Amino acid sequence: MQTLKVKVWRGAENGAFQEFEVPRQESQTVLDVVTYVQRKCDPTLAYRFACRVGVCGSCAMTVNGRSRWTCRTHVDKVAEDGSVEIAPLRNLPVIKDLVTDMREFFDKWAKARGRFSGSKTRKDEFERVSPESKERKRVDAGIECIGCGVCYSACDVVSWNKDYLGPAALNRAWTLVNDVRDTAQSERLAAVAGDAGCHACHTHLNCTERCPKGLSPTAGIAGLKRAVLSATLSGKI
Amino acid sequence: MSAAGIHTPGMKNDYRARNHPAYWAFIVHRLSGLLLTLFLPLHFWALGQAFHGAAGLDGFLAWTQNPLVKFAETGLVLLLAAHMAGGARLLLIEFLDWREWQKSLLAVAAGLSLAFGLAFALNLG
Repeated sequence: MQTLKVKVWRGAENGAFQEFEVPRQESQTVLDVVTYVQRKCDPTLAYRFACRVGVCGSCAMTVNGRSRWTCRTHVDKVAEDGSVEIAPLRNLPVIKDLVTDMREFFDKWAKARGRFSGSKTRKDEFERVSPESKERKRVDAGIECIGCGVCYSACDVVSWNKDYLGPAALNRAWTLVNDVRDTAQSERLAAVAGDAGCHACHTHLNCTERCPKGLSPTAGIAGLKRAVLSATLSGKI
Repeated sequence: MSAAGIHTPGMKNDYRARNHPAYWAFIVHRLSGLLLTLFLPLHFWALGQAFHGAAGLDGFLAWTQNPLVKFAETGLVLLLAAHMAGGARLLLIEFLDWREWQKSLLAVAAGLSLAFGLAFALNLG
């Protein structure tokens, strides 16, 4: 039977890789491999997953040095010389093995005012937003984020500046900036401006390159830069 | 969860995460910028030779006709072209609404830089 050599990160940040042999299967995903290791080789292995079909965004890891969603990453596509190296996401504190502490990642969504603020109640009529409008099309381009943390893990600016809000939080802010119903635009633009916000982006496009949903946070961040400039010139922030 | 574990900065990416065209474009832009910054004082120093009379500057300009200096100048033109094309690419990404073709801009930037460099090198003869 054909086997795959798997190096899996064990311990916290000062840990090390441990090697396992896993039987190869047809259409095997990296998450299948991790699950095999935990069920058949070492039940103390810690990892995180839920839906297994690319919806929940909880199984992201670093596979052969690149951040990926493991449930939809086929071993065939990433194995190099019959081996795979699996590590936790980068730029986030490692709790144990393949599990990172995602708190700072999600806290930054809140800091970027990633929450909708509306003015209407359930008694009001629905707001009509044309699917053809410029704003709605921009929202569509960024709205499918599943919050997996791959972009945050891939971003060099996050490594350089721990306060940087990161691609996912800024992408979320950009979708809300284009939400014509939202009433907190000035506060949001003020929150995403500055050294830790959109202006810190170096346009490496690491996030755009790695996003499993094919989104471009870089595009949203560039949009935020323009929106902040325009709001500053018109005295809104 | 250990208290120490949650205050650590996390593990860092290595070259494997950065090996894609847009990151190479960033490296070229950054390196060309740094090298041009190093060249700039030399440029001003050369112009400053005029303060000591025409002979000083003419002597320096005659030295620049040296084939090796001319060859190095091709490198300089290439650096300038790469930095300018890379900068134009960034401006197009930042100031225009996102389009898929913006990802191809770095190929255009690289092509333009090479074309400028080659045009200069061909004119040397």
